[in-house]
Amino acid sequence: MLEWALAFGFGALGLALAMNLWRLIKGPGVADRILALDTMVINVIGLIVLAGIAGGSGTSFEAALLLAMVGFVGTVAYAKFLLRGDIIE
Amino acid sequence: MSGAVSFPEILASALIVLGGCFALVGSWGLVRLPSLMERLHGPTKATTLGLGAMLVASVLWFQLGKGQWTTHELLVSVFLFVTAPISANMIAKVHLLRLRLGETSEPAGPAGMPDAPPGRAEWATYEAPHEGTPGDFVGD
Repeated sequence: MLEWALAFGFGALGLALAMNLWRLIKGPGVADRILALDTMVINVIGLIVLAGIAGGSGTSFEAALLLAMVGFVGTVAYAKFLLRGDIIE
Repeated sequence: MSGAVSFPEILASALIVLGGCFALVGSWGLVRLPSLMERLHGPTKATTLGLGAMLVASVLWFQLGKGQWTTHELLVSVFLFVTAPISANMIAKVHLLRLRLGETSEPAGPAGMPDAPPGRAEWATYEAPHEGTPGDFVGD
C-alpha cells in the first residue's frame, strides 16, 4: 500500500514541477519567475522526503533541511536585489 | 502483498496521498490564476500544507512503522512554515515596486493598484534607511 502511495506522491510532485517550469518559462513578470523558483524548491524538498521514506533511511533529511534554507535565502536575495539594487547594504 | 496492512502504513499512505494532492493543487493554482497577487496564494498555502502532510507522514512512518525516532522532519516543516510568509511578502513587494515603476506588463490584480500613501511618504519598497542608521546616504 505504501508503494502505491509513494508512486502517487512522486507522480503528483513531478507534475507539479512541470507546471512550475511552465510558469518559470512563461513569466510574464520577474516576480512570477522568483515565485516559480521558490515553489520548485519546495516541491523538490517534497521529492527528497518521499525518497527518504522509499529508501528507508533517515539520512536524506539533512539534504531537505539544507535545501529549505538555501531556497529561502535565494528567494530573499533575488527579491532584495530587485527592491534595493543590492543584496547586503 | 498480503491481506493484512498495518495501521502505520495506512496512516502514512493517506498522508502522502493528501500531501501530493495539496502540492498538485498549489502548482495548478500557480499556472491557472490570472495575476501575481492571486498566484501567490497557491504555493504559499497549498504547497506548504502538502509538504507539511508529507513530513508528518515521514515522522509517523519512521516512528510507528520502524521504531526510529527522528525529528529532522519536524525541523524542516517548522522552518518552511516560518519562511513561506516571509518570501511571499518579499515577492509581493517586488511586484508592487515594479508596478509602481511601470516596468511590468502584467495586470495588477483584482484590487487594482493600491492608493499612494499621503504626503511625501512612500511605500515600504521605496523606503530609504533612516538617518543615523548604517546605510543612510546623508553624508554622501
